Amino acid sequence: EALVLNDPDFQHEDLNFLSRSQRYEQAIRKSALMVMKLREYGIADPEEIYWFKSFVHRGRPEPLDLHLGMFLPTLLTQATPEQQDRFFMPAWNLEIIGTYAQTEMGHGTHLRGLETTATYDPATQEFILNSPTVTSIKWWPGGLGKTSNHAIVLAQLYTQGQCKGLHAFIVPIRQLGTHEPLPGITVGDIGPKFGYDEMDNGYLKMDNFRIPRENMLMKYAQVEPDGTYVKPLSDKLTYGTMVFIRSLIVGDSARSLSRACTIAIRYSAVRHQSELKPGEPEPQILDYQTQQYKLFPLLATAYAFHFVGAYIKDTYHRISGDINEGDLSELPELHALTAGLKAFTSWTANAGIEECRMACGGHGYSRCSGIPDIYVTFTPSCTYEGENTVMMLQTARFLVKSYTQVSSGQRVTGMVSYLNDLSRQRIQPQHVAARTVTVRINDPVSLVEAYKARAARLVEAAAKNLQAELNHRKTKEDAWNRTSVDLVRASEAHCHYVIVKLFTAKLAEISNAAVRAILTELCLLYALYGISKNTGDFLQAGILTDAQITQVNQRVKELLAIIRRNAVALVDSFDFHDVHLGSVLGRYDGNVYENMFEWAKKSPLNKTEVHESFHKHLKPMQAKL
Amino acid sequence: SMNPDLASERQTASFSVEKLTTWLDGGAEQTRLRRAVVEAIECDPVFSREDQYFQSQNERYEAAVRKAVHLQKKMQEMGWSEDGPEFKYIYRAVAGDIAFLLHRVFMRSVSMLGSDEQIAKWIPLASQYQLIGSYAQTELGHGTYLQGLETTAVFDVTTQEFILNTPKISAMKWWPGDMGRSATHTVVFAQLYVHGKCYGIHPFIVQIRSLQDHSLCPGIIAGDIGPKMNFEHIDNGYLMLQNVRVPRENMLNKFCEVQPDGTYVRRGSQKINYFTMTSVRISLISGEAVLPLMKACTIAIRYSAVRRQSKLKPGEQEAKILDYQTQQEKLLPQLAAAYAFHFINDYLQELFDRGYRDIQRKNFDTLPELHALSSGFKGMVTQCCTSGVEICLRACGGHGYSLLSGLPSLYTKIIASCIYEGENTILLLQTARFLIKCFMAASTGQSVPPSVTYLAAAKPGNCPAKNKLDFLHPDIYTEAYQHVAVRLISSTAAKLQDLIQSGVKKHDAWNRCTVQLVQAAKAHCHYITVKNFVETVEKIETKAGIQKVMKDLCDLFALYGIFSNTGVFLHDGYISGAQMDMVTASYLDLLAIIRKDAVPLVDAFDFTDKSLNSALGSYDGQVYQRLYEWAQKSPTNKQISPAYGKYLKPLLHNRLSKL
Repeated sequence: EALVLNDPDFQHEDLNFLSRSQRYEQAIRKSALMVMKLREYGIADPEEIYWFKSFVHRGRPEPLDLHLGMFLPTLLTQATPEQQDRFFMPAWNLEIIGTYAQTEMGHGTHLRGLETTATYDPATQEFILNSPTVTSIKWWPGGLGKTSNHAIVLAQLYTQGQCKGLHAFIVPIRQLGTHEPLPGITVGDIGPKFGYDEMDNGYLKMDNFRIPRENMLMKYAQVEPDGTYVKPLSDKLTYGTMVFIRSLIVGDSARSLSRACTIAIRYSAVRHQSELKPGEPEPQILDYQTQQYKLFPLLATAYAFHFVGAYIKDTYHRISGDINEGDLSELPELHALTAGLKAFTSWTANAGIEECRMACGGHGYSRCSGIPDIYVTFTPSCTYEGENTVMMLQTARFLVKSYTQVSSGQRVTGMVSYLNDLSRQRIQPQHVAARTVTVRINDPVSLVEAYKARAARLVEAAAKNLQAELNHRKTKEDAWNRTSVDLVRASEAHCHYVIVKLFTAKLAEISNAAVRAILTELCLLYALYGISKNTGDFLQAGILTDAQITQVNQRVKELLAIIRRNAVALVDSFDFHDVHLGSVLGRYDGNVYENMFEWAKKSPLNKTEVHESFHKHLKPMQAKL
Repeated sequence: SMNPDLASERQTASFSVEKLTTWLDGGAEQTRLRRAVVEAIECDPVFSREDQYFQSQNERYEAAVRKAVHLQKKMQEMGWSEDGPEFKYIYRAVAGDIAFLLHRVFMRSVSMLGSDEQIAKWIPLASQYQLIGSYAQTELGHGTYLQGLETTAVFDVTTQEFILNTPKISAMKWWPGDMGRSATHTVVFAQLYVHGKCYGIHPFIVQIRSLQDHSLCPGIIAGDIGPKMNFEHIDNGYLMLQNVRVPRENMLNKFCEVQPDGTYVRRGSQKINYFTMTSVRISLISGEAVLPLMKACTIAIRYSAVRRQSKLKPGEQEAKILDYQTQQEKLLPQLAAAYAFHFINDYLQELFDRGYRDIQRKNFDTLPELHALSSGFKGMVTQCCTSGVEICLRACGGHGYSLLSGLPSLYTKIIASCIYEGENTILLLQTARFLIKCFMAASTGQSVPPSVTYLAAAKPGNCPAKNKLDFLHPDIYTEAYQHVAVRLISSTAAKLQDLIQSGVKKHDAWNRCTVQLVQAAKAHCHYITVKNFVETVEKIETKAGIQKVMKDLCDLFALYGIFSNTGVFLHDGYISGAQMDMVTASYLDLLAIIRKDAVPLVDAFDFTDKSLNSALGSYDGQVYQRLYEWAQKSPTNKQISPAYGKYLKPLLHNRLSKL
């Protein structure tokens, strides 16, 4: 952090005052500098690069993201040794700047629907790439619009008259030296978006564009010179990368929500408004119950997600050893779990960031609060790397599969092992969860059991509804579609259970008594707030009684008052530097108003005392009317 | 040409779109008038929004000023006037993308708060744009709570002037629209001091810029507050006053006056001030909340009929995403909500008109109810519409995030409505205060305003539904909503009482119940919305299938509300677990039914392509062509990357020396 903060080369004007083109330019400038400095300091460890990078760009996207994050790794994992010789060093040295072009204008999460074609011509030993329709134009890849001179393009491979499915090809798109697009290539920027101003997300259209046979990434599947297609060995391996990227999004959910909480809670301690007691000065808005009710559950959530992100990363690292040795047995569950958790955490964080912004009243809406920026940067993660509803349904597929296994007498392991209990309970005549033991609302371990019972009930209900639909409908797909709202609910309940469980498990690892005490309160708040927001599920399943729900609601409010005392300390612990937070409202020193004024003076509209539109429009109008 | 996927949606409509449109407008004549106004505005190139998504803050501001100036000319040309029937459609047609909205607030506050002499002096100047006004209430450190404002106005008897000051930084006026760059005058709200005594907040007309060269007046520091999430076209401003003197006549004095010797005189009722707030809150519901939600639904639903993704049946073409239950679950409840809130707006307008007539007859009895309803509905409707627009945005996959979809701008604009004209939580608490008061009155047999008589008539018993079809009876669900509202209001009132009886101070007890109070206020508004929807449907004379589809939408709105708040209906067993499963089943059935009419139902909102300004939502469904064409207009594509020569080229070519 200090390396970057103290480096004058990385300083620049507040991004809020720059146009999109200027922001892109700043980002490129810093990226270019960053690459030089990384080499200069000899930083090569991926984790260190990640921190350096996130500090240079202050957690914002940058045009080389796809080059560093997708282009280079894909070369490493999917290129043959010969291809690595040809492409890797030039790419490492940024002679080649690449991106990863998968999504098309008409096709996203459903990969098999992509339309771009790569047809093999044995006569010249080339692939002919085409974008046959408007919908097949590559659309969205970062760095594609203006920055990259190469792209890894995913296309349907045709050889010997047959379609062999999606494969990856290295396609040069701009002339080295002049950076002009090559003949047959149409490339450009897709225009302004909701955030991501510094990123040149691009489009790419190819018309009979030829590349040599050796440009297909052939570590796994191959096309021989005569056009013979050689199949890859296993396709499960791609799961690994997806798990990894989705685990990063879970971590990002935690971080983005933590930043928003830091800003909103600090500002709520500085802002005074109205009166609580007649005759007394205006209180800090953090003393209002409604304000605490908005912010503290989110604070607890930020902590919860932090632990979940760490858990997935650790699990991934633990089992990726097994994967390298060919043991893929744990991968399906982890894959299913991360899909759901990616959706659950990004949805929750997305809504939570907005809640934090609104909790800052009018000033939250100003870009100086920093929260609008956090929001627009974060919110696309609900869509990219797998649209959230589709992710929830993937988790549901795994849950239903596990449930079916249990019903047919097999046992399941891992996070879904609670389903094993269902078969035992089925001997009992009454409703599945109705006989669940008494829940103690002050004991996190007992609350984990309550969440477990809710997940079991909703998974069972969804699976039964699915079966009922299957008995009525013609196709599996139709039945699945007609149950999908239930299935998503089941997945959500499962993820919620996993999060409460992981948070609770974390408490035992904390050695400092005071820290453990406050985190136990946060954990309770997280679990109880979740119940109070989903009382219907717990009531309907008979897990909790009306009276207990009333107690839960009451206990939530007591916890708010307890956490109030430590709220600022709890966000200080996230340890965000002011520069990284980028917020006038969330400053560590709390000098909000003076600095808002200083900030506003720099607005482009304030560059001249009298704006030119006065002479152009106002004055003539006044003269005429 | 029409995208066949969208064309097929329109062939199967169960009702006449045109008939529904005219019914929504309030008659064929209204529809004709609206279309004429929209057409006149949209065919005028000055009002074009074509480049909006590519413009900088400075360019947006300039365009907004240009449009505002041009609109004056246009109105003269067309013979439209401020109080003519066309006026309400003008704002819809320019899509809010115009300057000087605060100038109108300036004029309104002079008319409402000024004496006859003051009106005679200022209104002609303002309507001739010889001055440009703004309205400066909010300060850097103070918002919804007006008594906390810190700006001071001290009366100086010797010069017969008020001396205005910004005593500290948190007292700086902050946020007023049109004030950063445009306004020459503004109404400043300040604490009035006469002979050392504070008389509270009063309005003063203050000149801030020269009428000759637009430079700032002495003692004035003003400017733009910097970039926001939206409203780039508005110069929201700051204002600092340093010993600024204004003549005694500049205090707006219809209700209070400082006489030459410093005597403070109060006259008339100040209740009228509440009426102003009420009128603003009601008027923003339609334009700032419901219309944006209708637009977002139009864009997202049309796009969902065009976008195909994955397969529902093996061997078939990829399915329209609108055919997925999860997609219907996201969008169709928002569509139902847009209709529900359109009707609640009619309800509030009617109530308001009646209240206005009463007040003109000096009868202020309806004011508390009107104030409570306008606060609560402003809070509830803006919040629901905001989350609805966001759901629409996220339901459009990646393309929703492109500004060219139109959805990000709708979203960043509508979210501001949750804060301005009263922060929503505070407004809902105002409604709650009214409800608690009425509940107490009702339980001791006193009479209460019509909208809350149900509090006295609460019936015991449980939901009588026996199968899922029973939940399509409006009586069944309306009573469930009523039951929940009564339960939440009465249990909160009881808790308040308990706390107070146990020795907790009143204000403290109130703060400890605020989470429940907000919930109770929302339940009340939700109940009224459902009830009003039911009554609206009942009033439709059977025509062209409209009643049937509106009844379906009404059922959907009501059952979605239960489905997404199961806990409050299950609590105390009013609805049983088994009945809740019936609600879910009926709700999911309705999604599939309304799915068939989804596109015609958004077509009926009758937005032109220009007013949607969306590459995804246009009437013909040519989504991808339009997205591609519009992207090419982006300034980033008009030149070679500026960064290439400066940064990329050295990086690409100097590798040997540097790496």
